[in-house]
Amino acid sequence: MTISIDPQKTNNESLQPKGWLRYFSFSLDHKVIGIQYLVCGFLFYLIGGTLASAIRIELASPMSDFMPRDVYNQVLTLHGTIMIFLWIVPVVNGAFGNYLIPFYVGARDMAFPRLNAVAFWLIPPSGLMLVASYFVEGAAQAGWTAYPPLSITTPQSGQIIWILSVLLLGGSSIFGGINFIATIIKLRRPGLKLMQLPMYCWAMLGTSLLVVLSTPVLAGTLILLSFDIIANTGFFNPVLGGNVVVYQHLFWFYSHPAVYIMVLPAFGLVSEILPVHARKPLFGYTTMVFSIMGIVVLGLVVWAHHMFTSGTPPWMRLFFTIATAFIAVPTGIKFFNWVATLWGGKISINSAILFSCGFIINFVFGGITGVALAQVPFDIHVHDTYFVVAHFHYIVYGGTVFIIFSSIYHWFPKVTGKMLNEKLGILHFIITFIGFNLCFAPQHWLGLNGMPRRVAEYDPQFQFVNQISSLGALLMAISTIPFLINVIISVRNGKDAGDNPWNALTPEWLTSSPPPVENWEGEAPLVEEPYGYGKEIYEQK
Amino acid sequence: MTTLDSSKEIQKNNSEVNETHEDFRMFGLVTFLIADGMTFAGFFAAYLTYKAVNPLPDGAIYELELPIPTLNTILLLVSSATFHKAGKALLKDKNSDSQKWLFITASLGIIFLICQLFEYFHLPFGLTDNLFASTFYALTGFHGLHVTLGTLMILIIAWQSRINGGRLTSQNMFPLEAVELYWHFVDGIWVILFIILYLL
Ligand code: HEM
Ligand SMILES: [Cu+2]
Repeated sequence: MTISIDPQKTNNESLQPKGWLRYFSFSLDHKVIGIQYLVCGFLFYLIGGTLASAIRIELASPMSDFMPRDVYNQVLTLHGTIMIFLWIVPVVNGAFGNYLIPFYVGARDMAFPRLNAVAFWLIPPSGLMLVASYFVEGAAQAGWTAYPPLSITTPQSGQIIWILSVLLLGGSSIFGGINFIATIIKLRRPGLKLMQLPMYCWAMLGTSLLVVLSTPVLAGTLILLSFDIIANTGFFNPVLGGNVVVYQHLFWFYSHPAVYIMVLPAFGLVSEILPVHARKPLFGYTTMVFSIMGIVVLGLVVWAHHMFTSGTPPWMRLFFTIATAFIAVPTGIKFFNWVATLWGGKISINSAILFSCGFIINFVFGGITGVALAQVPFDIHVHDTYFVVAHFHYIVYGGTVFIIFSSIYHWFPKVTGKMLNEKLGILHFIITFIGFNLCFAPQHWLGLNGMPRRVAEYDPQFQFVNQISSLGALLMAISTIPFLINVIISVRNGKDAGDNPWNALTPEWLTSSPPPVENWEGEAPLVEEPYGYGKEIYEQK
Repeated sequence: MTTLDSSKEIQKNNSEVNETHEDFRMFGLVTFLIADGMTFAGFFAAYLTYKAVNPLPDGAIYELELPIPTLNTILLLVSSATFHKAGKALLKDKNSDSQKWLFITASLGIIFLICQLFEYFHLPFGLTDNLFASTFYALTGFHGLHVTLGTLMILIIAWQSRINGGRLTSQNMFPLEAVELYWHFVDGIWVILFIILYLL
């Protein structure tokens, strides 16, 4: 049986509200949904960022004088949960995936537009619920990992709401993943082969596989945890014969892949951005594809490296150390390919490529500390210290968030038809880069010298370094100001962008900016190689 | 023309440039079932780990009775076959035959649930008695939830094929095929569950 390419997109598209209003309504257009994901995610980022500032203000002095200890724990929990489940995951997957993937496969919409809208509309209510849970009695305070027995024994109403909203967000993410897999595998325009797809498609395919295979396990785990809280069962409660390590296994079976759910799409995005601004084709397309798939497979089997101090037997430690170290191979391949792409290119210095280069630098650093952490003796020394905090912020902020900004600078002209102001953009980059490194680099030192994570009070000898870190956090907070100003003034009176301001070679640039409802006026463009779209225009220049 | 602003325009556009492609809704469903299967896999893994490393004190070990779950296994396997019959009948446009088979399948699902409830009421342990009991109820309960949903969906498509005779035909088999796949999936999970929980 055959059906038309966008079976569910109906004529009443034209009955949808016009102008700005349509971004706040239930729309089936993948472009609108993509923007909705981005804006919604950014609002939560502002909330999460405010909480982060509160944490760093508290830590500027050794005593817990800015907020009481349990409030500190609640703020910390909310910060981590918001940043991961409401900012990074929805934005690198939902926002950019929805906007770009249909263009890349030559389709007029995602495979299941309705499911797509549902996946998005699960997010605002569950996010608001999560934020509101702070105000009920006994907000969640067991960290974003919600480790039992802490999550069972602390006050519970907030923890239950926390579980519920993470379950809903997980559901949203699974629906999104299914949609991406179907779109990339099944909805490619006839004749378009997998090996002709831009890198970001491959990244999203790998990510979505991880989402589909691991998120349900987290859902099941949280359901069991909520039973422990509500019904007094003892799955994870040692007092009742349960086993906390089982929780950790199940949790990290999701949450280690989750780090790739956050960073693989960023790998894809940077692979789209670098070649355009370095005016060179992406180096080593095939190796890039295989390294993504290698990361997906290895990413699924290394979870227990988060549990070296949980009484794991020696054979397990050995296995998970070796498996983890292997991930450095495909990741290294990607790194060298990016550098080779930049090598000898005609690099134009603008905000997009600055943020991408910032990503490469920060990511290498975070990757190296990751390999170090995978070595059991070292991990035992720094486990649950600020060294781990520094490691993963180098990846999630220095990696993924840098790429989110890079992508906004790169695709803003396509989405709005206007250019962003480069001076403000470069200012944004400089403050962010300095602030970020000032904030997190010293934390390696703190961790190596034994400052534990997740505490409001610490030994006064760490005060000076903590103040440097807080200063960096302050700069990071300030850095959003030029960005916001830039977006607001550019949407209104930015320079007109034209269809393809960067002379890029991917298909979204072949249509008008902003693109029409059906993505192309006529048929989707046809090509033989992944980056051959509009090559004639490119060669003329 | 940058935006399409009249529905006529879009319709014209649709018929002119829209390529056709195979139906991928089944593909989406299979992906979903893989995800759903992973939830069960997580539960099974937890159960097996508990079994291996959290031995219960001697007095708290229960022997599970086999007759009801065995009967239930047979019920589900038969229901998979009757569902298949319903599909075959619909393919030959024998709508009323198909409805008959669907109702039989749904009844088997309901009998399964009744048997499960019966078993619950006659077990010597409750949800919070010990770790084994909790895992037992979590696994069978989660599966029972799937059977309930499946039965409801079967009743819905049976009803769909009754009203105005057009919703479910040999031309539009998708709802039936989708529910059928889901049902086979739930049956398959039950067989694994039966082996792991009752036989091992
Ligand atoms: C790809 C992007 C990565 C992200 C987003 C990421 C993120 C994280 C996060 C969030 C944590 C802290 C978990 C917690 O809250 O306890 C963590 C810990 C850890 N990461 Fe990564 N990571 C990444 C890459 C790597 C790599 C490449 C390696 C090793 C080759 C690695 C090895 C580790 C280890 C061993 C720990 C555990 C440290 C401990 O708790 O003692 N990570 N990572
Ligand atoms: Cu990990």
